[in-house]
Amino acid sequence: MTTLADGEWHRLHPASPLLRGGIFIVAVLGFIIANLRERLVDIFFGVPRYSGDPIEAIFERGAVGWALLAVAGVLLVILAVFYLSWRMHTFRVTGEVVEVRSGMLFRSNRRARLDRIQGVNIVRPFIPRLIGAAKLEVSVAGQDANVQLAYLGSTLADQLRRDILRLASGLRQQAVSGPEARIASVGMFPEAAASEGAFPGASAPDGAFPAAIPAASGRGVVADRARDFFAPALDPDAAPPESVVRIPLGRLIGSVVFSGFTVFVVLAGIALIVSVTAGGSDWLLVAFIPTLIASVSFYFTRVTKSLRYSIAGTPDGVRVGFGLLTTSNETLPPGRIHAIGVSQPLLWRPFGWWQVRINTAGHSSTQGAAGEANTTTLPVGTLADVARVLELILPGFDSAEQQTLIERGLRSKGGDDGFTNAPRRAAWLHPFSWRRIGYTVSDGIALLRRGVISRELVLVPLARLQSVAISQGPVTRMLRLASARLHTVAGPVSAELGVVDAAEVLVFFGRISSGAISSAQADTSHHWNQPSQDQPSQDQPSQDQPNVNQPNGVIE
Amino acid sequence: MTTIKSREKCVPDTAERLDLPDVGEWKRVSPRYVVVETVGTIVFGLVLAAAAAALWLIVDVPWALYVIGAIVLITGATVAFEPRRVRAIGYQLRRDDLLFRRGIMFTRFVSVPYGRMQLVDITRGPIARWLGLADLKFVTAAASSGVLIPGLAEADAETLRDRLVELAESRRAGL
Repeated sequence: MTTLADGEWHRLHPASPLLRGGIFIVAVLGFIIANLRERLVDIFFGVPRYSGDPIEAIFERGAVGWALLAVAGVLLVILAVFYLSWRMHTFRVTGEVVEVRSGMLFRSNRRARLDRIQGVNIVRPFIPRLIGAAKLEVSVAGQDANVQLAYLGSTLADQLRRDILRLASGLRQQAVSGPEARIASVGMFPEAAASEGAFPGASAPDGAFPAAIPAASGRGVVADRARDFFAPALDPDAAPPESVVRIPLGRLIGSVVFSGFTVFVVLAGIALIVSVTAGGSDWLLVAFIPTLIASVSFYFTRVTKSLRYSIAGTPDGVRVGFGLLTTSNETLPPGRIHAIGVSQPLLWRPFGWWQVRINTAGHSSTQGAAGEANTTTLPVGTLADVARVLELILPGFDSAEQQTLIERGLRSKGGDDGFTNAPRRAAWLHPFSWRRIGYTVSDGIALLRRGVISRELVLVPLARLQSVAISQGPVTRMLRLASARLHTVAGPVSAELGVVDAAEVLVFFGRISSGAISSAQADTSHHWNQPSQDQPSQDQPSQDQPNVNQPNGVIE
Repeated sequence: MTTIKSREKCVPDTAERLDLPDVGEWKRVSPRYVVVETVGTIVFGLVLAAAAAALWLIVDVPWALYVIGAIVLITGATVAFEPRRVRAIGYQLRRDDLLFRRGIMFTRFVSVPYGRMQLVDITRGPIARWLGLADLKFVTAAASSGVLIPGLAEADAETLRDRLVELAESRRAGL
């Protein structure tokens, strides 16, 4: 079993500088093509050219040798730069930290503590995916605080994620041991170029194949890549299959079509038709056509980005994957979700569709499903799908009573149903939804329910709550009301109750603030798999690690 | 550090004002903080009034005069209520959380568990520094927590900071 999480320094996929420098290469190619376009047109289409181009000038001056030398020199410099940047870009994963060193002139060294990991995301953009490379992103809390490993071999990335999560989970004894593992992963080292012939070859099982450029090894690799490409986004062995929610294509298209954007397009269309028939200003029609094309492409990208959506529970957290051409696959360890919002826009109600979004402290810089930030856990799903997703992201919150609470929180019209609701006088401020505005606390989770036109239920695990506030302004004071807000990390879900009875809000404040303290004390999710011997072992872990005396090891 | 003596009637009081039952005594901020707030309000009012005056004198907009009047009136009213607003700011260190309150017209109560502290910030504006005051900001991972205790005597602010850090250290929780 190869592993990159053995505490040694490793290098990335050899094609990484090329893949990361993609834009630069496109620019150079563009420059060349622009200069030689007439010659190219001549070569490919046989259209004779009239004016000279740089190549002709070189011929006339007899500087062919110099030109070839210059091209070779530039190529050499580029190759050297790529090689150096690949050489200097190293990473390691120890029992404590993920660390990356990079840069040639300006060295940078970034280190992330494993018990602070908020999520591990594997992204496979289209082009790197073709050659079997993947980007691994370890997100920790904070702006621009992610550790990126771009790029790794596709299967190595999957394994590395598993290892990182296993180390972070507190089960460190399973961290793969010792030097024999290092030999197996030798393909990551430059010396591998020399010893490539010694490799078992392309027919080796996927897991053992090193992150080498596939073109070197012929047909077997192409088949490998094809298998990778068409394989389901989730490894069926790694996740219990019954927990997977899938979105039928029809529902996905429907959910995109019945969105606020469509309403806007339809309204714009009606306004246009009216103005054309009434005023006869045809130029508006011309102006509208590009908008129409843009909206079609908008729908198209929304659909393709959410295609092949999947969600599954693994021992190390919830795994959410999506994407057709560029795929992304994020694992959120337990206890990293700060708030969950289940909502239903009005247009979705006839179909009974819901959407689940979450607040997390770490933000992957890549876009999530449907082109939104990576916070949509379920782009669209039925009530049963929502129940399954909530079961995954709130493990242990699934007793019959709690499921009824969730169901009522989503669909109930209000009344005495386990939620503490706003009083009748709140109708002055929320004429339609006052019946539904209410809260309840169950097993360390606060449930806030609101909205009647667009229904919404917010669940906040109190162990993650940052603070709680209640406030009262002149109007709410006159009505003997108040408003309440749970503060969580920033995200699309805001846990806010617009109106609460002024007497009830004090009960709310007391319940939530004491609940937040007791839940946080009982919470151990930063080392979610650690056997329940308290945390002290966390302070001296380097003793049972295999990598105490590595060359550059600085263990704090 | 005085306590609120009675509920003066500067706000039409049709209903009971929001107040937490059976909590301990609130610690109050320094009365000198009124000066900081008053100066701030007056400077802001002056800037607005100057803009309106420029509108009136240079661009010759006649209704700008009324705007100036309104600005003066509002600034005056704000300054008049300043002492009461400052008296309404309070905080207390409970066993496991920091409780903070402020506002009369718009009342706000916040409870932050100590373990959620990310950092404590102490800042001093020019006038506050002249008066020997400092503002203490308790920062959590949520931007909206907004616990800013203004107008503490400098020594108090530093003691409070050390105390908060110590409390947070003993109740450290994950993010």
